[in-house]
Formats: sequence, C-alpha cells, structure tokens
Amino acid sequence: MTLELRSVSLSLTGRRLFAPLSLTVPDGEIVTVMGPSGSGKSSLLGYLCGTLERGFAVEGHALLDGADLTVLPPERRRVGILFQDDLLFPHLSVGENLAFGLPPDVRGRRARQVQVVDALADAGLEGFEQRDPATLSGGQRARVALLRTLLAQPRCLLLDEPFAKLDVSLRDRIRRFVFSHARARGLPTLLVTHDPEDAKAADGPLVALAGTDDDQ
Amino acid sequence: MRLPGLPFSPLALVPPLTLALFLLPIGAGLVGTWLPAFGILPSLGGTGPTLTPWVRLLNDPALPGALTATLISGFGSTLLAFTLTVGFAAAAQGTWAYRQATRLLAPLLAVPHAAIAIGVAFLLAPSGFLLRLVSPWATGLDLPPDLATVQDRYGVALALALAVKETPFLLLMLLGALGQVQAPQRLATARSLGYGPVTAWLKTVLPAVYPQLRLPIYAVLAFSLSVIDMALILGPTAPPTFAVLVFRWFNDPDLTLRFVGAAGATLQLLVVVAGIALWRLAEIAAARLGRRWIARGNRGGPGQIARQGWSAAVFLLLGLGLASLLVMALWSFAGRWRWPDAWPDSVTLVTWSRQLEPAAASGWTTLLLGLAAAGLALALVLGCLEQEQRSGRRPTRALWLLYLPLLVPQVAFLFGAQVLAILAGLDGSFTALVWSHLLFVLPYVFLALAEPWRRLDTRYLRSAQCLGATPFAVFWRVKLPMLLRPVLFATAVGFAVSVAQYLPTLFAGGGRYATLTTEAVTLSAGADRRVVGVFAFLQALLPLAAFAAAVGIPAWCYRNRRALQ
Repeated sequence: MTLELRSVSLSLTGRRLFAPLSLTVPDGEIVTVMGPSGSGKSSLLGYLCGTLERGFAVEGHALLDGADLTVLPPERRRVGILFQDDLLFPHLSVGENLAFGLPPDVRGRRARQVQVVDALADAGLEGFEQRDPATLSGGQRARVALLRTLLAQPRCLLLDEPFAKLDVSLRDRIRRFVFSHARARGLPTLLVTHDPEDAKAADGPLVALAGTDDDQ
Repeated sequence: MRLPGLPFSPLALVPPLTLALFLLPIGAGLVGTWLPAFGILPSLGGTGPTLTPWVRLLNDPALPGALTATLISGFGSTLLAFTLTVGFAAAAQGTWAYRQATRLLAPLLAVPHAAIAIGVAFLLAPSGFLLRLVSPWATGLDLPPDLATVQDRYGVALALALAVKETPFLLLMLLGALGQVQAPQRLATARSLGYGPVTAWLKTVLPAVYPQLRLPIYAVLAFSLSVIDMALILGPTAPPTFAVLVFRWFNDPDLTLRFVGAAGATLQLLVVVAGIALWRLAEIAAARLGRRWIARGNRGGPGQIARQGWSAAVFLLLGLGLASLLVMALWSFAGRWRWPDAWPDSVTLVTWSRQLEPAAASGWTTLLLGLAAAGLALALVLGCLEQEQRSGRRPTRALWLLYLPLLVPQVAFLFGAQVLAILAGLDGSFTALVWSHLLFVLPYVFLALAEPWRRLDTRYLRSAQCLGATPFAVFWRVKLPMLLRPVLFATAVGFAVSVAQYLPTLFAGGGRYATLTTEAVTLSAGADRRVVGVFAFLQALLPLAAFAAAVGIPAWCYRNRRALQ
C-alpha cells in the first residue's frame, strides 16, 4: 500500500494555499508535512479523505496503491484520520464508539465484541467497554480514538496534529503509541504538524508546505 | 480543476416542497380572500367586480370601535411586552431575579393562548379570584361589582393577557440573540469607561441585538393585531376587536356577509402591514435619537431603581400567567364556590368525572393532530437542514419565507384557503386540518432546530464518514442522537403550537373536528367555570407534558453520558 500525491494544490477563491505538492508515502513510513497554521495542512488532509468543504478548487492527483482516491466517496476510501480532538461520539459508550468503526462485514455480535475487547486490551484499557467517553482522561481518549480509526481497517492513516492538545507529559507516550501501531500495521502515514518535536519523533521524511507566491 | 458532482438525491426536493406547502395555501388563500372582497365568488353568486363589500364594511357602525380596540390592544400589548423585555434585560442582567425569570419562561411559552386568556379572565373578572381575595374585608363588596375588568371596551385586559404570552417569547428570543453579540465584552468595555450598567446595556448591547429581535417583534405585533381566540375570551364584545368582527361575518348565517368578511380580512391584512410599517418608522426615529443620546456621553447611574422596578413588573406579569394556570386548575376541582369566598367549599372530582368523556374525545383529536403536524414538520425541517448541510450551501434566503405564516394574519387568508380546500375536495378532512396546522407549526420547529443543527461540530460527521459511515448512517447514528435534545425540544414546540391553534382548526376542519382549544374557547362564552377549567387545564397540560418528555427522554437516555447532560 502506497499513498502518492502528484502535484496537489488547493485554492480557495482563486488563491493558492500552497505550491503544488508531490510526495510518496510507502508502507509503514511516516511522512511529516510541516507548515504554519493557515497554510492549508488540514485542508490537504480533508482533500485526501474526501471531506473538503465546498468552495475549494483542486489540482493534481492523489493515488492509493496506484488507484485514484478522489473518485470514491469518503466512506469508501478507507482513509483513517485523527484530529486534534479525539471526537469520540459523546452519545456512545467507549465500546460502541469502537464498534462504530468496525466494518459491517465483521459479522455477529460476539465476533464484533471480541474485536472491541481485544483492541481495548491491546491498548491497556481492559474493561472500558461500558465507560462514558466523557469520563476518560485525555490520554485514554486519544488511545480510544486511534483504536476506533484502526478498527475501521484503513488503508492509510492521516494525522492532523493529533498530539497538539495533549498534556506535554502525555504527548510523547501517545505519539509513540500511535506511531508504533501505524508502523506495525504497515500503514502509509501522513502527519501534518507545526511542532518540530512531532517531526523528530516520526523519524521519517520531512516536507515543508511551501507558501504561495503571493505570500513571499 | 474539478469538484465531485453530487449524485441526484431526493433530499434536494425537500426544501422546494416545504416552501410549496406554505406558499401555495397562503398565496392562494390571500388571492381567494381578495377576490370575494371585490364581489367575486361564483359559488355564492358573486360574479362581478364591485366595491359593495367595501362600502358595507366602511359603513358598518361597529368598525370605528372595533379598530380602536384592535389598535389599543395590539400596540399596547406589543409595546408592553417589548418594554418589559428590553427594560428587564437592561436593568436586571446577571441578577438572581433574571435567572429565575428565565426559568419561568418555558411553562408560559408552552401553554396555549386560549388557556392563558381563560385563566386571566378567572383572575381578573369582577367575580374573579383577585377580587375574591380582597372581598368583602377590604372592598366591602358582597356582590361582584358591575365593572368591566375583562372584556373592557378598549381591550386592556386582552392586551395584558397577550403580554403574558409575548413577554416570555421575546425574552427567549433576546436570550438567544445575546449569545451571539458578545454582550459581556461590550458591557465590560462600557462599564470600564464609566457607564452605569443599565445605560451601558442600552447603549452597547441593545443596538447589536435589536436586528435579531426585529422579526419576532413583527410577529408579535401581527399576532396581537389579529388575534381571535384570546379576543373572544377577554376582548370587548360590542363592538369586538376588528379580527373578531371579521370572524363573525365569516360565520354569519347571512351568506352575503361573507363578502363583507373578505373585505374585512383584506383590511385586517392592511392594518397589520401598516402596523409593521409604523413600527419600522418608529425604529428609524428611535435609532436617530439613540445615536444622539449615545454621542452625548451620559454615563447613567447604578440603576438600582430601574432594576427593582423592572424586576417587579416582569414578575407581576409572569406571576399573573402562572396564577392563571393555577386558578384554572382550582376551578376544575371546585365544588360549591360562592362569591366572595376565596376558596371553594369543597374540592371534588365530580366535574372531571362528568367531563372525562367529551374531554377525552377532543383530547385525542388534539393529540393526534399535534403529533401529526409536529412529526411532519420535524421531517420536513430535518430534510431541509440535511440538504443544506450536504450541499454545503448556506441557508437560502427563500427559507425566510417560512416566517410568512407568522406575519400574515390568519384571518386574512384562511377563508380563501378554505374556499380552495372546498374546490380540491379537502375541506373538513384530517389532511386539510394537519396541513393548516403545519403552516404555523413548521416555522417554530425550524426556528428551534436550525441553530443547534448548524452549530454541531462538523468534524464529528467527517470522522464518522472516514470511519466508513454513509451519509445516511451519519444522519441516523451520529447527528440525530447527538442532537436528540434539540430535536425533541423542537418537536415539543411544534406540538404546543398545534395544540394552541384555534382559527385554522375551525376553517380547515370545516367544523367537524373539536380540539381542546376550540372546545375551551366555545365553553368560555358562558359555560360553568368548572367545565371550562377542565378543558383549559387539559389544554395547558398537553403541551406541558410534551415539554416534560422533551426534557426527560434525553436526560434518561443519556443519564450515563456526561458530555450530553
């Protein structure tokens, strides 16, 4: 599985957000895209998972395993994404949040439950199925959010500054947790951030999101 | 450069369908009223354009008195509600009284107009509760005095009861608007420049929130100038308010009076349009003067007296509303209750057991009608909002037309709509009845739901999509459950609005359907107070129960979900 961007650029009301971007993310590698806030990092990820708001004009191509990603609706792209906030659904329990991510082809209540329980155990959250997400600590919520994304069996992973809002003391642990899971599954991972620490920890290629001409 | 095209979805048809459901009956109903106003209504033998209906209307001896009562009660209640709302928000902001008042809003908003009118009549009438409280020991009266404390010539009692319903509505609208203008920062800035709290509010917050209050105020004014059910109970009788006069013409056995009624309905529309125009002019003048007042730099005082005065006035009014509910309930349980006793000789269930059967019949009709209208309105509003969100378009201007039914007086188009319903064979059907209620239910459901729906953090929806959920699944499994509280609240609002409808039930139902409201209004014209109490109390109870459910259900469903409590 390889994620490939070919001279992708986004513009909003005629203004280009960044210079055309080309990069390749092979299996299990974490590529970091750095850029200041407002440079269009989040929009780039929105473009990749298909949730870009209306009004953006797009140039270039995004390919996953050689096939054009953007022809698919978001729900069929199987592109996992983590945001700054965990966005666990507040009306569902932790277990239900995870089951939400699990694809419907995992059939049978038992089989689904086993996957949820295993995933929680794997993250050191045994017995958290019935918990209200609002009662979890920041680190626990971040882990559940990653588990939910991984249970959806993504073909690649997008990280939209998912560590920015975490406590400094937690940040490093969660970072390692996310990166090791991404690597273990061989997911091509694209991280956008403005925190150099993130980039250092990702230990992969670094791409600076170049501003456009009118910014320079 | 390309954007993925949206596949055609039936959802795209919902907004135009919703608008058509409105514009059709209102537009056609207006035209169907204007034509008979000029003598054209073939089914009643009216063929040629003629001014006869207008001549008869303008020569009617009741007209001047009726218009006077309409203008006094309409403008009086709106001014009273507006002054109390703004003054209270300015003077009592942040106080204990202010927080308590905002809690009392919900029950008063939920209770139908007719129930409030009946309760106010029970309180204020010469034989009413308030005089009983002070008689004979303070007044020396042994018999109810011969005083028109209700149904007075100028509609003062009517204006007071209208204000009881309208002040909570305007306060609620104001509370919503205050959240959007950063009122605390504005106040802090002005206070730090040496302005007193009340002056600071009036000079920096009011100009910012007024534009958002404008439409609700116009709706209140339009309603007050054309109300019928409350005017039948509390308004003057000879002559009645103008809307009631028109209503009588429409119901007169003399069919030629339908033409006069149509001309009157048209005049009623003109009265409302002129009333709103007048208010608009007053706004412009007030803004001019206000600018000068602001520029003059007066700091104003600490506002103690204003705070106490306005708080007292608002609580008096809200208290009148709540007391009217209680006295209604008391009458329904009263045994023998002689004047001037302040309490009945006995409390009994006799009236309830006797009235249970007729009350249950109209209660069921009310319930089914309310559920149908609110359910349908909810489905349409959800469809409109979902389409708006999926297509990524900002709310279209056309949706503002939804507020049309709140501005156009009911009596100005319901007759025409009824004529059309007869032509379409819908007259007196349950469909026509639900449709007629929908016109008034839908705007409020939309008003209640649009903001929470648009405010929902769209990243939850994007997260769900990226986890593989289809738009349909996102709607059912994420949006609806996360917005359960506002969805149920909006439905309860819609239900309450339906329960309160009087005129549409009469016109569209063709007299075949009796709801608690139509029964209560009819009975209030002379039936035993105990019986009226039963119907009015039930009429108030249904919407209150709906609101209780709208609060209780999400609280129970999400008792273990802290973020949604």
